[in-house]
Amino acid sequence: MTETNENIIEVRNLIKKFGNFTANDNLTFAVKKSEIFGFLGANGAGKTTAIKILCGLAKPTSGLVKVAGYDVYRETELIKKNIGYMSQKFSLYEDLTIIENIRFYAGIYGMIHNEIKEKTEYFIEKFRLNKIRNTLIKDIPLGWKQKLAFLVAIFHNPKIVFLDEPTSGVDPFTRRQFWELIYQTANDGITIFVTTHYMDEAEYCNRICILADGRIKALDSPAELKNKHNVTTIEEVFVKLARNN
Amino acid sequence: MDIAISGNKVKKGFGNIDAIKGIDFEINKGEIFGFIGPDGGGKTTLFRIITTLLLPDSGKVSINGLDIINDYKSIRKIMGYMPQRFSLYNDLTVYENLNFFASVYGTSIEENYNLIRDIYSQLEPFKNRRAGKLSGGMKQKLALSCALIHKPEILILDEPTTGVDAISRIEFWEILHKLAEQNITIVVATPYMDEASRCNRVALIQDGYILTIDTPTKIIENFTEKIYQINSTNTYELLNVLKKCKFISSAFAYGSAVHATIDKDKKENDLFIFLNNNFNSAFTLNQINPTIEDCFMNLINSNN
Repeated sequence: MTETNENIIEVRNLIKKFGNFTANDNLTFAVKKSEIFGFLGANGAGKTTAIKILCGLAKPTSGLVKVAGYDVYRETELIKKNIGYMSQKFSLYEDLTIIENIRFYAGIYGMIHNEIKEKTEYFIEKFRLNKIRNTLIKDIPLGWKQKLAFLVAIFHNPKIVFLDEPTSGVDPFTRRQFWELIYQTANDGITIFVTTHYMDEAEYCNRICILADGRIKALDSPAELKNKHNVTTIEEVFVKLARNN
Repeated sequence: MDIAISGNKVKKGFGNIDAIKGIDFEINKGEIFGFIGPDGGGKTTLFRIITTLLLPDSGKVSINGLDIINDYKSIRKIMGYMPQRFSLYNDLTVYENLNFFASVYGTSIEENYNLIRDIYSQLEPFKNRRAGKLSGGMKQKLALSCALIHKPEILILDEPTTGVDAISRIEFWEILHKLAEQNITIVVATPYMDEASRCNRVALIQDGYILTIDTPTKIIENFTEKIYQINSTNTYELLNVLKKCKFISSAFAYGSAVHATIDKDKKENDLFIFLNNNFNSAFTLNQINPTIEDCFMNLINSNN
């Protein structure tokens, strides 16, 4: 890990309003390079709004937001080039093979042919996808789809990758293999920004941020949060902070 | 104890894929029974068979002693089913959906209102809103109300908590426990291992097989190996180091910690010494009780 104190995401006094409704109410936080950062909140807490802003898809009402060093008001195209996004629905093309999906996504990010070819071999090896490289997506099991969705999200070497509920529904082995890939990727210098409803998944993060009613209720390492609230699981912390207010 | 649902050598395939590979199970009346396992394990196929929507290739399933093939009409009257995908009418209002389901079953909302009061009262302020415009948590409550409105003896819920936030999930389980007190048998499918503890008994299901059926406590007691939790600030490095250890039988990330089991002839101290010599960061090592997820992984390992 290098330059671990460098902030790769910086948010200061972020406010986002829709009419009279305040979706993000004065958020301030920073994410460090190479960090695995969990972003949690109940439905309607303001997560999606904040992520849209961080990905350059929406503008704040006010506040400072910098992602990978770029400003979300003026430099959204540069932000999009420097981030990766993996949705829980794994937006892969079912009728294309693994190799074709990789080539397609890499092409969108403007990578050139030789670079794509070389990197494809590297990642196919690293993610152990060689046996099924020419199989259509619709014929591969869920766990492999998930790996591939992650692969195409980091293939263009983004500075940050956003993972939206990445491991729902896969078996415990596949899930652990997946988290090992995430650790590896973070270790290689890519920052991981994860959102999830599942509190046991949150425990894998270096730090987690809990949102409720548009505000940050807590931001710390899972261990510290459990200590502070004198409980044994993040779920209990979450319920204390997010319920009934 | 009376049996609500029993399955005997149930098999179902689709083309080349064997979704359910000959399973046996018995679900007692009045219990909350969980089928717990990852996607693609056969949970939904099994539920569609139990609810008489799909015929098994072979094997026998009976509901309250009624046969799913010969007596499907009687079975449908005593069963409530909440499929995984929201299957109410988006263009009807909350009230219209509920009224529709009640009338299909030849009853009325008023007749069984006490059964759904707790759930439906939270929806009533929105009863004129179209179902398609509800939030995820409210859709789930409406779907449950519709599955309950004919006062079923058996309630089948296919992944009701998938995609639902932690708070709604807890509230949902609280509702299920209240329903169980009224003697409704509840069968739930979930991919989330931590929900096992909310059930009276569970079947762990993977690749069309049942790995074990028991109470969550018994499943944990049957885990005979010693399992250790190792905490450090560098999980990735820790996993890499543990993989090089010859007497480790398994090592997996578990939240911010690693859970590891070691060969039977080794002791905690051997592991401690190995880590002291090979791992450069600070760590803590404790023997722990396994979780259901540890048991699940162990059962898959020993089956392979």
